[in-house]
Formats: sequence, C-alpha cells, structure tokens
Amino acid sequence: MNGRARAAKRRSIYMVLGCTVFAAAAQVLMKFGAGHQMAPLTPGDSATWLPFVLSLLQNWQLVLGYGMHACNAVLLILALRDGELSMLYPIIALTYVWVNLLSVYFFHEHINVFKAGGIALVMGGVALLGRQNTKA
Amino acid sequence: MKTPLSSILLVLLASFIGSFGAVFLKLGANKLGGGLRSALNLQLLTGLTLFVGSSVPFIMGIRNGELSVLYPMVSLGYVWTLFWSRLFFGEPITKGKIGALVMILCGITMIGVGSGQP
Repeated sequence: MNGRARAAKRRSIYMVLGCTVFAAAAQVLMKFGAGHQMAPLTPGDSATWLPFVLSLLQNWQLVLGYGMHACNAVLLILALRDGELSMLYPIIALTYVWVNLLSVYFFHEHINVFKAGGIALVMGGVALLGRQNTKA
Repeated sequence: MKTPLSSILLVLLASFIGSFGAVFLKLGANKLGGGLRSALNLQLLTGLTLFVGSSVPFIMGIRNGELSVLYPMVSLGYVWTLFWSRLFFGEPITKGKIGALVMILCGITMIGVGSGQP
C-alpha cells in the first residue's frame, strides 16, 4: 500500500472516532429530551398533529440529538469511502465507552468494576484494530 | 428481572438489519466522488433506511430484559459485518480483526453486566 492510500485509511479511522463522539452526544441529548413534556399525539386525529410537531421542535435537546445523529451518518459515509468496512464498523463500539463516561457526569451513574473492565477491553480492541491498518 | 426470548430475538434482528445497513452504506460510499449527484445514490438511501429501521426492533427489544444479555446480542452485528465484508468486498479476515472483535464483544458484555450492578 502506498503512502497516500495509507494516509486516507488513517483519516477514515479518525472520522469514525468522530462518529462515536457524535453518537454518544446524541444519546445523552436524547435522554435529556425524553424527559420533556410533549403534546399528546393521536395519529387518527389530525388536530393533534400540529401541536405535537411544535412541541417536538421546541424540545431543543431532542432536535439537537437528531442533528448529531445526522452528522454521525454523514461522517460514517465519508469514512467508509476510503477504509475497510470490517475495520471501521467495530470502532463504533467506542460509543459505549463515551456514553458510560458521560453518564457519570450528567446522570450521576456509577462506574463499577465490570464497567471499568469493559471500557478497558473495548478501548484495547479498538486500539488493536487501529494497529491493523499500519501493518496492512 | 428475566430477559424474554422476544427481546433477544428483536435485538438480534436489529443487529442483523444494522449490519446490512453498513454494507449498503459502504456500497454507496464507494460510488462517492462526483459531487452532490453521486451522494444521492440508491445504495446510500437503502443503507440509511436500514440503519434507521434497525432502531425500531432495537428499542422494542431493549425495553424489557437485562442489558447483560442484550448488549452482547447487539454487538454480534460486528461479527455479521466481518462476514459480509469478506463476502461482498473481499476484505481479509485477519487474526488481528478477530482478536479485536473478541475483545470488543467481551468488553461490551462486561459493560452490560456492570449496568445491572450498583
């Protein structure tokens, strides 16, 4: 593999790392958004549609969460252009790591020995994937 | 709390649909390059639809049951993707990839176990 292709592959790894940050932020925002009071929706009753959509749009955490998911998708597609799917896709598992760490800060959840061990294993696995690239 | 079989099957279904979503995104991404027109291709649209669609059985399944059981089922999606990548794109299955997947699967399982603990 020549240097340029290798640089493109490395860039694609960093892009998927960026995806996991977007995905984790989206999950935290959506959890906040789920706590908002929303107008009730009855799909058969068109009079409830507009109030529901308006309350949806006023829920800025939910809207921002969806926006983050959209950024995640765009970045993932751009990353897949230059890299192997079997190498890039498992990197998404890092999302679990960020969500667990962010939950300590935002939702006061606790890290126990299982979570800590799991976080270390996922990070180790992703690091091992990254090393595959430099060898290939 | 016990994990109902229906939850396990729903989450497995979600991981399966999601892995095909990844395949179609890769197919679509390979076609990118010619500006905005190349970005509006059927494969990317199919991939995005499968990704969004996979969240429905995922959310239905994860509602009931233990994460220690369900999280490993979700992460099986990485294993399916390893096979599809070999099958559809000829990507090699290396020892390093298998080792990394085993670590990630064990790690996600442990995070799932830890979610049910104080």
